[in-house]
Amino acid sequence: MNLLSIIYEAWSAMGQNKLRTGLTMLGMIIGVGAVVVMLGIGQGARTTINESIKSMGSNLFIVLSGASTSGGLRMGSGSAPTLTADDGEALAKLDSVNAASPVLPGTVQLSYGANNWSTLTYAVSPNYLVVRDWAVESGQNFTDTEVRGATRVVVLGKTVAKNLFGEEDPVGKTIRIKGSPYQVIGLLTNRGQSLDGRDQDDSALIPISTGQRKLFGGQFPGTVRYILVQAKSAQVMPEAEQEITQMLRIRHRLSEEQENDFTVRNLAAVAQTAATSAQAMSFMLGAIASISLLVGGIGIMNIMLVSVTERTREIGIRMAVGARRRDILLQFLLEALMICLVGGTIGIGIGVGAAWLTSDMSGMTVEITFGAIGMSFLFSFAVGVFFGYYPARRAASLRPVEALRYE
Amino acid sequence: MPLIQLDRISKQYPSAADQPVPQVLDGITLNIEQGEFVAIMGPSGSGKSTLMNLIGCLDTPSGGHYHLDGRDVTTLEPDELALVRNQTIGFVFQGFNLLKRISALDNVGLPLLYSNISKSERRSRAAAMLELTGLGRYVHSLPNRMSGGQQQRVAIARALVNQPRLILADEPTGNLDSHTSREIMDIFAKLNREQGITIVLVTHENDIARYAKRLIRIVDGHVVQDQTQVNTE
Repeated sequence: MNLLSIIYEAWSAMGQNKLRTGLTMLGMIIGVGAVVVMLGIGQGARTTINESIKSMGSNLFIVLSGASTSGGLRMGSGSAPTLTADDGEALAKLDSVNAASPVLPGTVQLSYGANNWSTLTYAVSPNYLVVRDWAVESGQNFTDTEVRGATRVVVLGKTVAKNLFGEEDPVGKTIRIKGSPYQVIGLLTNRGQSLDGRDQDDSALIPISTGQRKLFGGQFPGTVRYILVQAKSAQVMPEAEQEITQMLRIRHRLSEEQENDFTVRNLAAVAQTAATSAQAMSFMLGAIASISLLVGGIGIMNIMLVSVTERTREIGIRMAVGARRRDILLQFLLEALMICLVGGTIGIGIGVGAAWLTSDMSGMTVEITFGAIGMSFLFSFAVGVFFGYYPARRAASLRPVEALRYE
Repeated sequence: MPLIQLDRISKQYPSAADQPVPQVLDGITLNIEQGEFVAIMGPSGSGKSTLMNLIGCLDTPSGGHYHLDGRDVTTLEPDELALVRNQTIGFVFQGFNLLKRISALDNVGLPLLYSNISKSERRSRAAAMLELTGLGRYVHSLPNRMSGGQQQRVAIARALVNQPRLILADEPTGNLDSHTSREIMDIFAKLNREQGITIVLVTHENDIARYAKRLIRIVDGHVVQDQTQVNTE
């Protein structure tokens, strides 16, 4: 008996009891639909988190200055002025380091014409954009020349530009920061939210020297708040951390018994945690959806068992005229499989629709990949084979004489 | 060589441990030649239906040997028996045993489905068989919509479609009125006479048994009478 005829037989048997077939199929449709939506939500969450991580910059260390003690109060990391811009330059030259930039941040008031806006301004080296994996959209970044000259130039983030200039092109214009004129030489690309929900576009960059000497001034000339260091790759992160520590100990002339007057923190570990929790969430969602698929599968098995019992005489007749056990097995297996595949296909369609609706209504990122669709289809196939086999096996192992006698 | 050769065939059904095992067939030895028309008679419970099932390879004996067309079928696997049934035997049952949801044509073509014959050939051969049994106009009818006599003709067409050497009919007229019964029996007689198909018939009606050329009576699992009879029709 060829496959095409078996498929035809199974198909026509499915049409016999349309309500029952439809209800059984509904179990599969809901199961597969749930799997598609849940995988989509999980994947969407992972993508969102990965994008935030990428926007932070990859393979990053943050080097903070050590703790100071003032009148018996320990002030916490970053309070002792031990790091300098020269430290940053020295770290940039290490073997396993790609780039480094000292950072001196401060919140200042920016104004242009009648508009003014308070923003976090970072005094950094030109490499800051490399480290943060960021780029200039129009105009240009400042260079070492501007750093050497402590020139009053500024590169603006999108949010700042919008608040000061509206639709106007800011590049080439002059704004005032704390009363002094600064020329806008570049506009940064859109960055969006950081992992902790801050608007990264609400910031401005100025040369480190300009910040140290002209804008922030401050108690400890020449020092910076922290240094961002980017390792060459994820593999050399441990070596990079060692080299940074060594280099800084030498530069700060620390003897053997003295503790570090700085802290090296690995930002990749933070990113890893976020990624892991996203993965755990999508795994859990998938597991929940799989349960509904399992229930759908049990429904199929149940109906197929009823169907085999109901059609015992038919099986007997088929056997009497020459059907082998394999023919009967295939007929019932294909019937279960077809319910699963048709239900699965409809389920995928509904799942994709529901995912679209979810993302449209809740604003959540829902991402349906071809892999997820393929996997759902494969799932419904597996459910069909797994739950269809036992009833089909039962049908095939009937003895013809008993099947024929069945009332 | 006889077409059917039964050698001390016995059959008992498993029963509860403390009950004596009832012997349904008790060492039946019987030969049926190619082209014979045999009627098997006996009271209910005599084992005649069990004997039919054994001859039809639907069941296996508990003891003894059965050679069909020279081949010992008692040792065959279920799938090999399916092939024997498909190629050699046509069945006609008292309750017709047609599939209700498919047309007369598809019912007749069913045995061909299991011998890898293409759909178009299946249809043309099935249509020819329906024509032969006088149902040319009912090709696309569903069995439910047909009379008992018509359904039994469909069943006969199905039994004939794979050109078997043997037709086994278990009370084929049991559900039919006497007029229709005669029509059905005429078909069997004609098939036997003109095509030389061996026919074995189980019945408890003397009128029906009279169509056969040989009469075997079974009581309590034993052959008690085996005689050739002159066809009175």
